Amino acid sequence: MEKRKYMNPYLAGVLLGLVLLSAMFLSGRGLGASGGIKYAMVAIVGAVDKDHAMESSYYSKYFENGESPLKNWLALEVFGMVLGGFISGAISHRLKFKVEKSPKITNKKRLLFAFLGGMFFVYGAQLARGCTSGAALSGMAVLSVAGFVTMIAIFGSAYLFAWFFRSLWI
Amino acid sequence: MGPLSILSQFPEWINLLIALFIGVGFGFALEQAGFSSSRRLAGMFYGYDTTVLKVFFTAAIVALVGSQLLSFFGLLNLKLVFVNSYYMNATIIGGVIMGAGFIMGGYCPGTGISALSIGKIDAMIFLLGGLVGAFLFAETYSSIQMIFLGNYKGEMRIDEWMGVSPGVFTFILIVAAVLLFWLAELSEKRFSRPDITSEI
Repeated sequence: MEKRKYMNPYLAGVLLGLVLLSAMFLSGRGLGASGGIKYAMVAIVGAVDKDHAMESSYYSKYFENGESPLKNWLALEVFGMVLGGFISGAISHRLKFKVEKSPKITNKKRLLFAFLGGMFFVYGAQLARGCTSGAALSGMAVLSVAGFVTMIAIFGSAYLFAWFFRSLWI
Repeated sequence: MGPLSILSQFPEWINLLIALFIGVGFGFALEQAGFSSSRRLAGMFYGYDTTVLKVFFTAAIVALVGSQLLSFFGLLNLKLVFVNSYYMNATIIGGVIMGAGFIMGGYCPGTGISALSIGKIDAMIFLLGGLVGAFLFAETYSSIQMIFLGNYKGEMRIDEWMGVSPGVFTFILIVAAVLLFWLAELSEKRFSRPDITSEI
């Protein structure tokens, strides 16, 4: 089946902006993603070693009153993202298991750096209290300095490091 | 008047349902934009694909203008909408670390999730690394706590900091965005990589 072309970026931006606006109007908050990963991690730790979770001041707050760390706005939103992405991929005939990479590197190298990249990114997101969606995009929409600084720091840093990692991409 | 869930006091299960639907819209929009492709995202930093810039700024401006308009017509109480707090050192250091992660991994959490949902194995591994990164943060929290909690500036607003009205700042942002869009179109011509763009 022929892949459908991607949406015009400005149109996609309008769509994304309207989704963010809905979140603000309906729930009084912006979007998020890295927080969902945190909740998933906390849930896993709780499932694997409940004692450790309850003994730690960091983890235990997510299990207060016997609540699940996955029963919250952000965790549900992130779950919705998987569904939404899948629907989009399905109607656009883009569903396919593959390792996306430059032909100049091996699968192994791509996946190693994907793992490292994820590790660095989400660690940094915890420190900055959000990622491109939660801190930068949503922050900019409410005119927060934290939002703009996060955006500049992420993109500035990626540009600085781009030359060193160019063999991964170009 | 919005935020509806706060002012109309929706029960928790409705809030969670709303979150689910918003997430579906979010994931759908990201994938439609082509953010489910790491090579497209990386293109932003090598010039051959500037979709990230166009989508990001358009979305921020649409939400910003939309919310300001809703507020103006008394349909949204902006004072009740979450504004993220500014902890200066943590934000800057965290942002720099995220940038490194972005160029190494080719994703951020949101785009990674949309890519995972269509079968990208590199995104799945990225998110696995992400779980480990979150775990590392939790386990070493005491060592980073001072930076994490330090230099707190409150819910600093950029329009207030610059001493202009939200409307004026929004106008400045739109002008800046249009300039960046123009530069982006030039960049895609100058740094074009048809070998990559034909594949992603």
